[in-house]
Amino acid sequence: MTQSQTFRVSGLGLVDRTKSLDFTFDGVPYTGYAGDTLASALLANGIRLVGRSFKYHRPRGILTAGSEEPNALVELRSGARREPNTRATVAELYEGLEAKSQNRFPSLSFDLLSVNGLLSPVFSAGFYYKTFMWPAAFWEKLYEPIIRRAAGLGSAAIEPDPDLYDKANAFCDVLVIGSGPAGLMAALSAARAGAKVIVVDESFAMGGRLLSDVRSIDGKSGVDWANAVVAELAASPRVRLMPRTTIFGAYDSGTFGAVERVADHVAVPAAGEPRQRLWHIVAKHTIVAQGSTERPIVFGNNDRPGVMLASAVRSYINRFGVAPGQTAVVFSNNDDAANTIDDLIRAGMTVAALVDTRPILPPAIKSKARKHGIRVFEGAAVADAIGGQRVSGARIVAAYGTAQTISCDLIAASGGFNPNVQVTTHLGGRSQWQENLAAFVPGTLPKWMAVAGAANGSFSTSSCLIDGARTGAEAAAACGFAAAVATVPSTDDELTEVSAFWHVEAAKHKAFVDQQNDVTAADIRLAEREGFRSVEHLKRYTTLGMATDQGKTSNVNGLAMMAELTNKSIPATGATSARPPYTPVSLGVLAGEHREKHFKPTRLTPSHDWAKERGAVFVETGMWLRAQYFPKSGERDWLETVNREVKTVRSGVGVCDVSTLGKIEVHGTDAGKFLDRVYINMMSTLGVGKARYGMMLREDGVAMDDGTAARFADDRYFITTTTANAIKVLQHLELCRQWHWPDLDVQLFPVSDQWAQYSVAGPRARDLLAKIVDAPFDISNAAFPYMACAEITALGGIKARIYRLSFSGELAYEIAVPARYGDLLIRRLMSEGEEFGAIPYGTEALGVMRIEKGHVAGAELNGTTTAADLGLGKMASTKKDFVGRVLAQRPGLVDPDRPRLIGFKPIDTAVRLRGGAHFIGKDEEPTAQNDQGYMTSVAYSPMLGHWVGLGLLARSEARMGEILKAVDPVRGESTLVQVVPAAFYDVEGARLRV
Amino acid sequence: MRINCPFCGERGNDEFSYLGDASVVRPDASAPDAADAFYAFAYERRNVAGPTQELWYHSAGCHAWLVVTRDTRTHEISDVKPAQDIALERQNSASTTP
Ligand SMILES: [Zn+2]
Repeated sequence: MTQSQTFRVSGLGLVDRTKSLDFTFDGVPYTGYAGDTLASALLANGIRLVGRSFKYHRPRGILTAGSEEPNALVELRSGARREPNTRATVAELYEGLEAKSQNRFPSLSFDLLSVNGLLSPVFSAGFYYKTFMWPAAFWEKLYEPIIRRAAGLGSAAIEPDPDLYDKANAFCDVLVIGSGPAGLMAALSAARAGAKVIVVDESFAMGGRLLSDVRSIDGKSGVDWANAVVAELAASPRVRLMPRTTIFGAYDSGTFGAVERVADHVAVPAAGEPRQRLWHIVAKHTIVAQGSTERPIVFGNNDRPGVMLASAVRSYINRFGVAPGQTAVVFSNNDDAANTIDDLIRAGMTVAALVDTRPILPPAIKSKARKHGIRVFEGAAVADAIGGQRVSGARIVAAYGTAQTISCDLIAASGGFNPNVQVTTHLGGRSQWQENLAAFVPGTLPKWMAVAGAANGSFSTSSCLIDGARTGAEAAAACGFAAAVATVPSTDDELTEVSAFWHVEAAKHKAFVDQQNDVTAADIRLAEREGFRSVEHLKRYTTLGMATDQGKTSNVNGLAMMAELTNKSIPATGATSARPPYTPVSLGVLAGEHREKHFKPTRLTPSHDWAKERGAVFVETGMWLRAQYFPKSGERDWLETVNREVKTVRSGVGVCDVSTLGKIEVHGTDAGKFLDRVYINMMSTLGVGKARYGMMLREDGVAMDDGTAARFADDRYFITTTTANAIKVLQHLELCRQWHWPDLDVQLFPVSDQWAQYSVAGPRARDLLAKIVDAPFDISNAAFPYMACAEITALGGIKARIYRLSFSGELAYEIAVPARYGDLLIRRLMSEGEEFGAIPYGTEALGVMRIEKGHVAGAELNGTTTAADLGLGKMASTKKDFVGRVLAQRPGLVDPDRPRLIGFKPIDTAVRLRGGAHFIGKDEEPTAQNDQGYMTSVAYSPMLGHWVGLGLLARSEARMGEILKAVDPVRGESTLVQVVPAAFYDVEGARLRV
Repeated sequence: MRINCPFCGERGNDEFSYLGDASVVRPDASAPDAADAFYAFAYERRNVAGPTQELWYHSAGCHAWLVVTRDTRTHEISDVKPAQDIALERQNSASTTP
């Protein structure tokens, strides 16, 4: 056991010292406290080196104390819960946490691949692009495998994620993003006015910088003030506080995406509890109070463990009670960093020097430094950090060029602050450069968004509180609540001056701009020399800002350096904008419950339970699960089963569930007129009690769907669509009704789910149905001929509809009952049918019989064929306008050379045909130029004893009897086929009229 | 994006299906230039940067077609009306125009 928490400072911090937590890092056990992050717990134990860098495998430590961390990426947990690339600075410590360093080989402190640093000319900016120009074979066999090994992040779990992820929606008047002084004040002021408020914060504790900086508000400590406000908000029924929640994106109309880390702070979520929850938050008004991110200064070896942002140093001391070192050098260009001195001293550390790039420091800062006996370097800079796996000194270069090295193990650096404007740019807003702040501030905002506090460039606590009070009241007022601006509490004074400074020219060592992607100052200079000067080119050429941190600590520095190199102003060089997500989002939470079988709903037919009992094999067709075939014991394979089903239907009787068809009631005095305009054939002339096959086109003249229309009264039709197009056809018909012809008296009612509908087909179909329908309905051929329809009762008083339609070519009916009677009807059909040898048949036999009859289905109605292509051109009425009529006459669509539907049979009847095979002249090469069409549908016909096919073939009618090759390049097959009529069985159609 | 359906209230855009430009009107099939007019109706669309009127269908709601006035630069929706009301107005104004 290592010595425990030697860097923990007694009396400081907000961690709960009564709750000790055990954890491991690279297998070594340590302890921390509740309220720690993994980063603070590692620092408390003196661990500085936590990872290796992406390209050069340089030793890296902890730079920040927040979600902007570029370096301290670790793997958490193990097995199926292993999670790579988590920032140690936001990972909340829990009992038993397992963490591993990443991208090291074979171990963190001895990394063989750090030799990449010696090969750095190879890895410089544009390396990938330049390497692509070398022989391609080199890239694939040599370079890529090496780079994949050498450059990388953590590794993902291989097993399926065992945890649950949830999705939820929330609505509010005012959304406040961030719970620092500005956010809390805004929430308080909006909530007191009566608005419904949601406050989100990415941390597990609310208070923002008030938890990390020593401030006094209304005579209380900042922490006490924050706790009091949080308590008041928590007590309000109108307020929802959401800690551990990150807003990752802003979307239109005040919609936000957020991830709540419900159980990331425990080893395993409680039973039934999700690991994370995806929120859609809809807010009438939003206040962005996300604070700011401190900028590093680019100097030599500025990536060494022990170089830390000054604000992070204060976080570790004040929030976590951890001294991140023993002897510090503070290096900055602004007033704020000097506050760090007090905290370092309070933590018992030595401050070896205050180095400021400004020629003259404010007297207050200078006297403070003197009071503590700290050496002050004005107009100076830390040119290089000294040390390998941890900082051992700082090489300070003065304005007049002399250099000296001061021993230290911590360099607290600050280059000023970048307001966190990311969310304000998600909807296209451009951030604007503000010279006096040396920072980008939010530009134009949606009218429902305001920005408060440091996110808006108001850096002092007092201006945060003023901003918060004002924006909170304004937001409440915008939502209709009379609001007076709340009294702003008083605070102590702060100095917030900054003087722009980006990087130290005198650096001798590699100086990093983007630490996560290993982009150096030299890479920026190279990009400039090679002409990649615009900010977009700079990014892509160097990969600056393209890592998972989206350049939170690097973009502005890179941009400013390019501006200096090109002698342009920063705004003329570019601006920073961000895209969602603000921080990485796991795919698991985006998927939520929609994984595996829950990816989409499964629709079950009314006969499903019965079919399952019968041992049906099911097939997914769209969302539907349909019975494909019903195997009997002793049958060798599906083909034997399907052959039996087809033969039984054609010789006796079979029943098939066709409830999945789309069904629409069309009512109104203009129903007939309306249907005339949407079908190519006439429907207004259909007699009551009759049904007719119909086809619909798209407006561009291409076939859309087919089905039947049945007329039950002058003003009442019932139409069916194909299963696949049920929703699309309804949408199209609603457009026609509401938009094209709003004056027609017609109403549409989708009733697909309301009716259970069965096809009863075969020579004995009438005998069977005679036992099902109620008297006095007369089902005889004379009283109820082919294409008749009727509203009847069945099974002793159940409302029913019967249609004499046939897809199989046999004597056939479709009978429908309300869906809740579907199970009853199928059971009665089978029991009453026993004496006729009735069987159920599935979609496979249905398909075989329609191909034997040459009927088209989805493979032919494929969005490229016209009615004429399908041999249905003559159906189109010339006496009326209908959707698609005009454009169906275009030369390209009436070209006689277009492939048309025709039948095919194999020359060798023992050979199997293949759907998708292409037709090539018998003696021609199988090339695209010689392609004459393709096979759309094939089936083994048990009636003919060989395979039959339907296909689309150029000039097909004139080629009857011709022999072609059907070439299937996927399976490497070529079969000789003969062109035959597109009907193979009972060509005259005698069987269906008996 | 949120659309305020006149029948159902404000809903997320995932409840709706988008069709496109609502300024194109189905031409008269008996007109002498019907072939050209239908070609334009089916294929020709302006690519407006600014407020546009477009057809949306409340597919997961009331099945109403809506004319949504949306600024393509900001996605701001300034007006939502039932398409049938606008289509009737269009027809009425066409029949009263000499
Ligand atoms: Zn609606």
